[in-house]
Amino acid sequence: MTIPPRAADTLVIGGGLVGAAVAWGLASRGETVTVLDEGDLALRASRGNFGLVWVQSKGDGMHDYARWTRSSADIWPDFSERLKEETGISTDYHKPGGMHLCLSEQELEKKRALSHRMHNVNGALGYGSEILDRKQVADMLPQIGPDVVGGSYGRHDGHASPLKLLTGLHAGIKARGSHYVSGAGVDKIERDGDGYSVTTVKGVFRAGKLVLAAGHGNSALGPLVGLDIPLRPEKGQILVTERVAPFLSMPTHAVRQTEEGSILIGNSHEDTGFSTLSTTPVMSQIASRAARFFPLLKNLRVVRSWGAVRVLSPDGYPIYQQSETHPGAFSVNCHSGVTLAAAHAMLLAPMISAGQLAPELDTFSARRFHGQTH
Amino acid sequence: MVRRIETIGNEVIFSFEGQPVNARAGDSVAAALTAVGISHLRDSVVSGSARGVYCMMGACFDCLVEVDGVPNRQACMTEVRHGLDVRRQSAVVEVRS
Repeated sequence: MTIPPRAADTLVIGGGLVGAAVAWGLASRGETVTVLDEGDLALRASRGNFGLVWVQSKGDGMHDYARWTRSSADIWPDFSERLKEETGISTDYHKPGGMHLCLSEQELEKKRALSHRMHNVNGALGYGSEILDRKQVADMLPQIGPDVVGGSYGRHDGHASPLKLLTGLHAGIKARGSHYVSGAGVDKIERDGDGYSVTTVKGVFRAGKLVLAAGHGNSALGPLVGLDIPLRPEKGQILVTERVAPFLSMPTHAVRQTEEGSILIGNSHEDTGFSTLSTTPVMSQIASRAARFFPLLKNLRVVRSWGAVRVLSPDGYPIYQQSETHPGAFSVNCHSGVTLAAAHAMLLAPMISAGQLAPELDTFSARRFHGQTH
Repeated sequence: MVRRIETIGNEVIFSFEGQPVNARAGDSVAAALTAVGISHLRDSVVSGSARGVYCMMGACFDCLVEVDGVPNRQACMTEVRHGLDVRRQSAVVEVRS
């Protein structure tokens, strides 16, 4: 293994989906980037992701987030294609649209109201979901069970393999002449001339710019560069079944079939701190709900399960911010590492490279949690 | 060549691809088939090439077979029983509704 150079244009702290997407984007602008990754002791949200590229349901309380998510979904096909050309690794991205399945009239009514609100604010540029009755859903997904009353279909939605995406981004970073260092948890960040030096167990690294993309780690790293990044953990659990022939033509919010044929079942939201344990009561709830969506799932065996911790800001929306006291130091946080990967690589990275976040990202500053006085 | 290091346990007879296989009580299906020299348990649904036992401890999912009509059973995690009908798996499994 070659020893990574001690100086780069930008240091990215965090080698998950967020850090890797930004690093790959920066490297494509001709920057040399060094990605410092904590290692397998980290929470590893990117390894536990469900894999939706999801537009519907995003941004009800922050319309800039709805538009940002939609932008990412729009450039995902190009992003995925470029990554494959460069690395030979397919992300298994498909964009057949996505379905949120509803098991009660109240749930469907909520989705209808949400769809109206989103359409009123963002028009055709935003949300783009339509409410379908049971028969319309059954035309698209004939295997739904009798309890499904309808659904919300988002034509901009899709899905991809989070693990292949992460592998591809890491390969792309290397292919573009940048470096990834594992086991490099950060001890110290200091100003160094007009840049920064970062002390890790793997040595000291130096760069002109710094991107914090360490998920929950950003809460501790932020204050080192004058940023206050409030985050909360939320656990989600996932079940995986044996592989079977393709029968789902599109992903749904809680069940999707991978390229290999496995069925992923998920969508729990638990306030259990930083625990990533699989727990029987929640697994059983997830499985019984999935069997109401698609009764044939009862005939499949579950072969794996895991829990992972989402990285959520207090309002659930991403945080993008450059430090005022430490110019060139940026914080990037979100819980939709797959959906926003394209935006992070192709829209956000060029802004960071230019040293300035565009005005359209002003609303994503963590200042929104600290009042207007800052 | 694989050989048993001991032959404790009562004899159990099950079938693989319709042919009788002599095993010992307590064997896994994978161990019993390995002991009689059968290593081809399924065909890869991707490449079509032969697959068999690898990890022998439930982790790799390479030894999948059909057991009494149920597909995708791990041969290494399934204990032999008298009369068990084990089949080689050669196609993509269709989920039954």
